[in-house]
Amino acid sequence: MQTAFDEMNAAGPQTRAHYEAYARWLADQPESLMRERREQAELIFRRVGITFAVYGDKDSGEGTERLIPFDLIPRVIPATEWTSMQAGLAQRVTALNRFIHDVYHDQEILKAGIVPADEILKNAQFRPEMMGVDVPGGVYSHIAGVDIVRAGHSDGSGHYYVLEDNLRVPSGVSYMLENRKMMMRLFPELFVSHRIAPVAHYPDLLLDTLRSVAPSGVADPTVVVMTPGMYNSAYFEHAFLAQQMGVELVEGQDLFVDGGFVYMRTTRGPKRVDVIYRRIDDDFLDPQVFRADSQLGCAGLVSAYKAGKVTLSNAIGTGIADDKSIYPYVPKMIEFYLGEKPILQNVPTYVCREKEDLAYTLAHLSELVVKEVHGAGGYGMLVGPAATKDEVEAFRARLIANPGNYIAQPTLSLSTCPTFVESGIAPRHIDLRPFVLSGSSVRMVPGGLTRVALKEGSLVVNSSQGGGTKDTWVLED
Amino acid sequence: MLSRTADHLYWMSRYIERAENTARLLDIAYQTTLQPQSAEESEQSWRSLVSISELNSLYGAKYSTINGRNVMEFMVADESNLSSIFNCLRAARENARAVRGALTTEVWETMNQTWLEFRRLLREGALMRDPSQFFEWVKYRSHLSRGVTVGTMLQDEAFHFIRIGSFLERSDNTARLLDVKFYRQEPIATERDAARDFYYWSAVLRSVSGFEIYRKVYSNVIQPDKVAELLILRPDMPRSLSHCITRMLANLKRVANPHSAETLRRVGRLEAELAFGRIDEILATGLHPFLDGFLAEVSDLGDRISKDFLV
Repeated sequence: MQTAFDEMNAAGPQTRAHYEAYARWLADQPESLMRERREQAELIFRRVGITFAVYGDKDSGEGTERLIPFDLIPRVIPATEWTSMQAGLAQRVTALNRFIHDVYHDQEILKAGIVPADEILKNAQFRPEMMGVDVPGGVYSHIAGVDIVRAGHSDGSGHYYVLEDNLRVPSGVSYMLENRKMMMRLFPELFVSHRIAPVAHYPDLLLDTLRSVAPSGVADPTVVVMTPGMYNSAYFEHAFLAQQMGVELVEGQDLFVDGGFVYMRTTRGPKRVDVIYRRIDDDFLDPQVFRADSQLGCAGLVSAYKAGKVTLSNAIGTGIADDKSIYPYVPKMIEFYLGEKPILQNVPTYVCREKEDLAYTLAHLSELVVKEVHGAGGYGMLVGPAATKDEVEAFRARLIANPGNYIAQPTLSLSTCPTFVESGIAPRHIDLRPFVLSGSSVRMVPGGLTRVALKEGSLVVNSSQGGGTKDTWVLED
Repeated sequence: MLSRTADHLYWMSRYIERAENTARLLDIAYQTTLQPQSAEESEQSWRSLVSISELNSLYGAKYSTINGRNVMEFMVADESNLSSIFNCLRAARENARAVRGALTTEVWETMNQTWLEFRRLLREGALMRDPSQFFEWVKYRSHLSRGVTVGTMLQDEAFHFIRIGSFLERSDNTARLLDVKFYRQEPIATERDAARDFYYWSAVLRSVSGFEIYRKVYSNVIQPDKVAELLILRPDMPRSLSHCITRMLANLKRVANPHSAETLRRVGRLEAELAFGRIDEILATGLHPFLDGFLAEVSDLGDRISKDFLV
């Protein structure tokens, strides 16, 4: 898994078949034109206000609102690859939803010994409040963002791996939609010469999904999007989705609970709310149940939810299924609940609480990435190939002392895609986040958000750390 | 619609309208300084501008002298002055951003663009380079905001709250302008001559785009009582008190709810006073008390609208 893999150029160098038409077109474009187009894109993004806020101080108009860099060269996925990825995503998210339901009901998978009980019951992401609570259709994660990377193999092929399942409040879909709009505006001719699967109907699918999980008996449900407010980093997306769906964008202060139902304050008095697409973490939802100091939530919301009077989307407690400690068990979940072989692969993961895996990890520390299962943001992590001998030995001691706290993975070489950077066109590492919608059925639009690490050699695609985005094209046959 | 959304929309349009009116006043004051006049008159004219917005003490704390440069700086770019155009345009844009989903893309982009451009113009020193052109730009952006609102938005509650904000703010601004200009007029009257009078009143008219309208309506020389009549009672003059209140009432009726009956009654009464009032009666009882009463009424309406709809 150490071989470089470029999405456009095979070794040779030879353009891959699905990029041929684009590469020909690109070769004909003078660099000055590309620069001009890039400036145009930036201007439009700024005017439209497609920005993300940086946490901390209040906004004065420009300072704290940043643009996410947009790259002009699309990431192209051939139809056959997408067909199998789509099937894999639907399978995976279906199993994960079954798993969450099981965890909060009969816990069959624990009884079967497939997932160790203490990994669940002692997990900070496990919400005992959800035990025995029935949610509409048994679906918990209505909107999932699954992070997928491609890594090159020694035979020159590239394989997709799921890196992470985001089942709580995944963001980025607005960039997927705006990037497409921008590309159509900048390069309309490319959309004539290529058969690119459209994505603009995402808000429609989202609204349909949200309506399909309304509390039973509500004929014409009122859906709202709930935001922490305009200073949240993803505020643009919250406002965008509410507008695209034609529903209200509410804050906690706009909601109240009365007689067991949730209402919003309107100019014509209280109006009942049936489905809340909340873009706010569990911890802040309801000061009566979770963090008492939360100003962002609505008191009484959780009890209304548990009584089935309102649907929260995503459900409370989905974090139990996208935790790093649970990730290694997802392939087994798929077999357990669906009786199927996983279509999409996990990155091979060594679970250090298992004796054999621990032995392997200890023997290969300098080649592996070792992560704390509950850690985030790169803390408590060992990157073997980049670590000094002393660091490896210090980590070894910690690992032996508490093996259950760690998992290990091979260092992945993310695939690259040609990217228009200051020095011209150069390969940069990318990942992909497709968005999977689960309601009365599982649906998605073709593609997803491609993030790109703009710094040479960097593998960090996060927008907060210098990552950018690209349009993602799924080609139709 | 959400009360909070209505509140943001209402304030968005109030702030844009306020920025426009401030630019109008500043422009006229600046144009006036291009006419021959005494130092005292010039100072008076700039001082009246600060008084209209009731900002004398804040201004006094920052500047020791009253002159065009300082007043323009204070009213346009001063971040500590909550009524400065800087703060109005920022607040308009922040309110728009808070509810961008309730606006059409065009309205939001206009608000956002106005703020970004305003910052750029200030940085580049456009204000002092050519004040008139700068004020023209602010007015133009306000025209654009209004036009894009009327031209693209569904005429639902959101639209009506935007319109209510505009007309309420405009009626307040016109009343303040009249009050200051008539109140101030007396000392000049002692040494009045026809030409000076003409420039004084025509400046007042121009600040509300009313000079040509005056000629068209009266076909006569410019007389203060007719200026007052035009700006208070004329129902088809878009910046008159009568017009603003009539339009406000029409929009309020469209959003009426069970709590708003008393507010509607008051606006209706005010509308009737203006529709059936006569300028000689108003002048006989005193213009200042009349305008004072009007401003109190408008301020009360603002509070009532908040209470009925926005919280």
